[in-house]
Amino acid sequence: MAVYEHSYKLYPGKLTPEWSRFLVIPRHAFRDVFKSKLFTAFYVFCFAPLLIEAILIYLHHNVSAIEILKTMGIVNAIQELIPIDNTFFQFFVAFQAGLSFLVTLLVGPPLVARDLRNNALPLYLCRSFSRSDYVLGKMSVLFILLSAITWVPQLLLFLFQSSLEGFSWFTSNLWLASAILIASVVWILVLALLSQAVSALVKWRVIASATLIGIFLIPSVFGQVINSLFQTRWGSLVSLGALMTNVTTGLFGTFTQTSGRVTDFDGRLLDVVISEPPLWVSWFVLFVVCAICLALISRKVKAYEVVR
Amino acid sequence: MALAETTPQEPTDGDQPRHDLQTDQQRDPQNDPRNFAPVIDLNGLSVTFGGRPILQNLQGELRGRAIGLLGPNGAGKTTLIHTLLGFHEPSSGTAHIFGQDITTDAKQIRSLVGYMPERDSFIAKMSAVHFVRLMAELSGLPPEAALERAHEALFYVGLGEARYRSLDTYSLGMKQLAKLAQAIVHGPRLIFLDEPTNGLDPPARQRMIRLVREIRDSGKANIVLSSHLLRDVEECCEEILILKDGRLAVYCNLEEERKSNRKFLLLETRGDQEKFVAAIGELGCEYAITGDTRVKVVLQGGTEVRDLYRIASQFDVQIRRLSYKRDSLEDIFLKAMENGHGGL
Repeated sequence: MAVYEHSYKLYPGKLTPEWSRFLVIPRHAFRDVFKSKLFTAFYVFCFAPLLIEAILIYLHHNVSAIEILKTMGIVNAIQELIPIDNTFFQFFVAFQAGLSFLVTLLVGPPLVARDLRNNALPLYLCRSFSRSDYVLGKMSVLFILLSAITWVPQLLLFLFQSSLEGFSWFTSNLWLASAILIASVVWILVLALLSQAVSALVKWRVIASATLIGIFLIPSVFGQVINSLFQTRWGSLVSLGALMTNVTTGLFGTFTQTSGRVTDFDGRLLDVVISEPPLWVSWFVLFVVCAICLALISRKVKAYEVVR
Repeated sequence: MALAETTPQEPTDGDQPRHDLQTDQQRDPQNDPRNFAPVIDLNGLSVTFGGRPILQNLQGELRGRAIGLLGPNGAGKTTLIHTLLGFHEPSSGTAHIFGQDITTDAKQIRSLVGYMPERDSFIAKMSAVHFVRLMAELSGLPPEAALERAHEALFYVGLGEARYRSLDTYSLGMKQLAKLAQAIVHGPRLIFLDEPTNGLDPPARQRMIRLVREIRDSGKANIVLSSHLLRDVEECCEEILILKDGRLAVYCNLEEERKSNRKFLLLETRGDQEKFVAAIGELGCEYAITGDTRVKVVLQGGTEVRDLYRIASQFDVQIRRLSYKRDSLEDIFLKAMENGHGGL
C-alpha cells in the first residue's frame, strides 16, 4: 500500500508485543497534553519544591555554604536548618501530592470522557487491545506524569542524601524510601482511578474537573463537621485527603493520636484525647474507594453500551 | 412444477438449515468460494439483550471475498458484526473467524480484522495522520511502520492532501474515508464495513464503492459489508446474507443466483387467477403467484406468449402488463422479507 502504488496490501512486518501496547496511549496523550504551554509551565513549576528539597539537603552537607549562611545571619548553627529525617521527606511527599492533585485536575478528566463523547472506544477495542489495556493505558498517562514529580525525584533525593550522609544512614533509613514510594504510589493510584471513573461517568471536561474537586472537598467539609460535632476523628473516613494523610503518617512513622481541646458547658477548656481511627481502617476505606472506581470504569468502558 | 417449489422449505424454530452455496453450474475451481476455507462460520449463534433475542440461531459458512450483510433496520446486522468482534457475548452457540472461536480467541481474531463503525467514531483534536497512526500502533505496528502505513492508507483512500488537517474540520464524506483508512491501516485479512456509504453524496459514495471493490479485487482481504442500501451491496459483494428479525433469511452467491435465475415473465392480471395459472401449469410452464394480481411465469420449450393470451382469453382474464425480468437483489431481498426465515 505504498503511497505511489495505491493498492491494498497486508502488513508483513513484525508486530510489537501485546503487553506493551497500552503504552501507545500515554505516548500519544503526552503529545496532546504538552501542546498547552500553560500546562507545560505548570508542570515545570511542580519541580520547584523538589529543587528546594535538593538545596536543603545539599546545604546540610556543605560546610562552606553553612559558613556563608552564618555570615549572612540566616542561621547560627547547622542545627537550625531543617533536619533531614522522616518529617522532612513526609512534608515534601505531601506537598508534591497536592501538586499532583492539580496536575490530575488538568489531565485526568478528558482522558476517557473525550473518547466516550466521540464514540472512540469501538476503534480501540476492535483491535487486539482489551478493555484492561485501555484502562491501563489511560491510567499510565497519569501514573507516568505524576510519578515524575513525586516518588521518582523523591527517591533520587533520598539517594542524594544517602550519598552525602553515608552508607550507614542509607541502611538505617531504607524504610523511608519504601514510605516515599508506597505513599506516592497509593496517592497516584487513587487519583488515577478516581479521575478515570469521573471521566467515564461525566463526558464534559469542566464538569468532570468540578466533580473531582467536589469529591475531595465536600466529604472533607462534611467529615470536619462530624468530627467537631461528635468530638471524634472518625469523620475523617469520608475525606480522601484525611485518609491519605493517615496512611502517609502511618508510613512515615508520625501517626499519633490527636489531642484536642474542647469547651464544656460551663465554658471551661478541657484537654481531651480524640482518637484517630486505626490505620487499617484508612487503608480499607481507600481500598473500597479504589474498588468502586474500578467497578465504575469496568461498567462504562465498553465498545458499545447495550440499552436493555 | 411451480417456481415456489424450487425454494428451500421454511424451517421450524431452532432448526435452521446450514446455508451453503448450492448450484449445479460449472465454476472456476480457483474462484469457487466453496473451495475456500470459511471466513466466518456461524454455529447456532444467538445473542440476547435483556431477555430479548436479537440474533437467533444463526448457522452458515460464509466464504466469499465480499459478503453483503443485508436486512431491514433492527434486523441484527450491526449486532452480528459486534458479536463477531467480541463486543457482545453470545447467549448460545458461537462463531469462528478464520477457524478461531469468537468466544475464546477474541484477541487473536481482532488482530486479523479491521472495523469501520457506522457511527462517527474519532479521537478528538487529532489530525487524520495522527489518528490513523495511533490506530495502527494500537494494532501492534511499530511507530515508524505505523506512521508510514498511516500516510499510505490516507493516500489510498484519497485523503492524502488533507491528512494533516484536524479530523474535527473534515466533512462527512472525508470522515467516512478516514474511518476506512483506520480500518485498513494494519492490513487486516477481514474488514467489517458497517454502512460505509451512510450520508455520502453520489460522488463520495462512488469513491467508497470503488475502494471497497479494489480491496475485494486485491484478493488480500475479505470484506463484510453491512448496509441497508441494496445498490451498495449489489455493486460490491459476491455473496449476500440477509437477516430478518435476527434470523438468517438468505445466504447466497449473488452472481450464481443471478445466473440461475431464469428469465421470466411478470404478468399483471385481473380476473380468475387460480384457473389461469392452473392452465399455464398444464402447458408445462413454471409459475409463481407473487401477489393478488401478479404472476411470474417461466416459459418452457414450445410455449409462447401468444399461448398466455389465449389462455387468458379462455378464462376471461385480462393481462394488464407483461414484461421480461430477472431476479434482482431487490427481488431476492423482498422475497426473503416475505418468506420470513428459511430462504428464497
